[in-house]
Amino acid sequence: MTTSIDHGRPDPEPSTLDRNCAGRSVSDRGETVCVIGAGPSGLTAIKNVTEHGFGVDCYERETGVGGVWNWRHDRSPVYASTHLISSRPLTQFPDFPMPDDWPDYPHHRQLLSYLERYADHFDLRRHVWFGTEVVRVEPVDGDRWDVTTRSTGGYGPERTSRYAAVVVANGHNWSSKLPDYEGLAEFRGDVMHASAYQDPAQLRGRRVLVVGAGNTGCDIAAEAAQQAAHCWHSTRRGYWYAPKYLLGRPADQLNDLLLALRLPRRLRQWLLHRLLRLSVGDLTRFGLPQPDHRMLETHPIVNSQLVYYLSHGRVTPVPDAVRFHPDSVELADGRQIDPELVVFATGYLPRFEFLDPKILGDDGMTGRPALWLNAFVPNHPTLAVAGLVQPDSGIFPLSHWQTVLFARLLRLRETRPSKAAAFAATVSARAGERYAGPVKESSRHWFEVGHADYLRVLQRALHDLEAK
Amino acid sequence: MNQQVRVIRGWEWARPVRPVRREVLEAVPALDEGRPPLLFVPGFGHGAWAFAEHWLGHTVERGFSGYALSLRGQSGSGPAPEATLRAYVHDVVQVASGLPRRAVLVGHGAGALVVAHALARYPARAAALVAPVLGGWATAFTALRHNPLGTLPALVGGRLRCNHAQLFGPELPRDEARRHLSRLGRPARRAQWQLLFGREPEPAVGDPPVLVLGSPEDRVVPRSALTRAARRYASAPLLFPGMGHDLMLDAGWWEPIDAILDWLEKEPSGG
Repeated sequence: MTTSIDHGRPDPEPSTLDRNCAGRSVSDRGETVCVIGAGPSGLTAIKNVTEHGFGVDCYERETGVGGVWNWRHDRSPVYASTHLISSRPLTQFPDFPMPDDWPDYPHHRQLLSYLERYADHFDLRRHVWFGTEVVRVEPVDGDRWDVTTRSTGGYGPERTSRYAAVVVANGHNWSSKLPDYEGLAEFRGDVMHASAYQDPAQLRGRRVLVVGAGNTGCDIAAEAAQQAAHCWHSTRRGYWYAPKYLLGRPADQLNDLLLALRLPRRLRQWLLHRLLRLSVGDLTRFGLPQPDHRMLETHPIVNSQLVYYLSHGRVTPVPDAVRFHPDSVELADGRQIDPELVVFATGYLPRFEFLDPKILGDDGMTGRPALWLNAFVPNHPTLAVAGLVQPDSGIFPLSHWQTVLFARLLRLRETRPSKAAAFAATVSARAGERYAGPVKESSRHWFEVGHADYLRVLQRALHDLEAK
Repeated sequence: MNQQVRVIRGWEWARPVRPVRREVLEAVPALDEGRPPLLFVPGFGHGAWAFAEHWLGHTVERGFSGYALSLRGQSGSGPAPEATLRAYVHDVVQVASGLPRRAVLVGHGAGALVVAHALARYPARAAALVAPVLGGWATAFTALRHNPLGTLPALVGGRLRCNHAQLFGPELPRDEARRHLSRLGRPARRAQWQLLFGREPEPAVGDPPVLVLGSPEDRVVPRSALTRAARRYASAPLLFPGMGHDLMLDAGWWEPIDAILDWLEKEPSGG
């Protein structure tokens, strides 16, 4: 792994020196494109943008590639037992498959080795400035961007470079979301966010309350079932817990078979409900609430183990926590429980602290940008966000096609400006569009997408760009 | 070739190709000079052995690393009687993406069709199509004319047999030709059918340069088919007169491989 901080970027020629409005010196990088982050989305951005003939400078705050999938990174949320929840064919980059002798649901270390191989195969590391974080990204005249960077941790001077375009690929699973409970500060037990959870040893022999029924929450609850003295699993509502395999095939491949057969959504939901009912059974028997929504209306929860441990009585399902007391936690149904450790698997929120929220169309500062295809920014044709999607598949294929579309758009800005202008009009007209059926409200539901719906719109956009 | 980029691959996601053990022969130079590796893909009936005979060794002598694959069901790879073109393409893309650097795909015969399809699924550094059999009825008619007894059974789902005169020129010694012929395997029935009725390859990703090579005396691929294949990739075919279809085994085998390697060294994105 490369750990060098600086590869000795040549100092800008004096003739390219420019001063921006604040009087800082700016080195002009010409037609080069800036990519922020060298995680999966950043890597595929580098590959696809260079493949279309542009130079790329990528800034990565950590010292290696892989983003959240690199367990060495301090912002990585992976824990020892993290496995994929989407199967290989729906997770891999479309033009760089994972080895076919890997398991259907690879381990996070395999995924990191896959990303490192991707970086080496396409020789991407030479474009990456490791240990460098982006402080500010500001638009300047001519649809260009001033990107200010410094060494990670705030050491060293800031440098500003001017780029023709920027791809933001800083990920959305690193800034943890912690709910605020009454009395949480006085609670005497240990409290941690799931991002700090690494290893089941942290749970061993303790009374553990896991809050949240996302995929992480369910994974941790299943591990607590094996290691902890007692495990309560607190969920706000009833969910559908999809097993990893249905009818002998990875469950997401079965769903895609139904999609490939072009079954309407309602029929797919009905079939999946029947299938779960027949194979998993009625979960209210274990004390879980009845789901208040249909399948495919929330981000899929894929966990075969949780139901197994519920049936062993190793996990006690409980409703939402409402109040924390120094020695106990009060639940919505009035019960009091006394955990020693509370793990909040309450998710993450996307953050773009280097960008003025208004640029992304987030005028109300709600943290929800208004983009088209969750990637293209109205009025800023040379800015794109990669990987800001929460699909019912892996994110990599979506990031791949987002960045292919963006690279083609950048090419067309030179060769056929009229096409690029038509694209920009589409972006403005359709910003904020959604690519999933009705989805339950949550702090992340706005970037939930169905991979088939999403990629169909993206494919049409690609074809429109290519059309004569 | 004027088809559009394909993003949605529902069947591929829902029914991925099953893995089969793959035979890959490799020859790597002692000193890695950062050149792109070559992946040789044999045509139907042939295996990795066809390239191990001469071309792999020669590639290494020129400082390139070479890998030769046997498609599933052929030579040393695992059995796959029901293999389709899609499974062959899967094998090629799997091996190519497992190489340390972006690979150059070299396909011979029907292997060139597999490569043409693989180019849509993997951004190769470059590709060389050697005596490409890109399918269609013209190929079948040519084969029928030169070898009716070997070809007719194939048209009704039987085995395709190639004869000496189709594969080799007059200069290759008889017993050497006989040795090669005895090693030919049986291509999968379904893949054989797809030669006639298969889909056109999708556009290549990453815009790789493509070189087409062949022989005007080839009795499997007529001269017109070579020109058509090269025109698809906006070039003209490189011709090696006097040779048969199996350019990598025939007398004078070094000329085509030298031409490929020279071309790679001159290609700005190559050497």
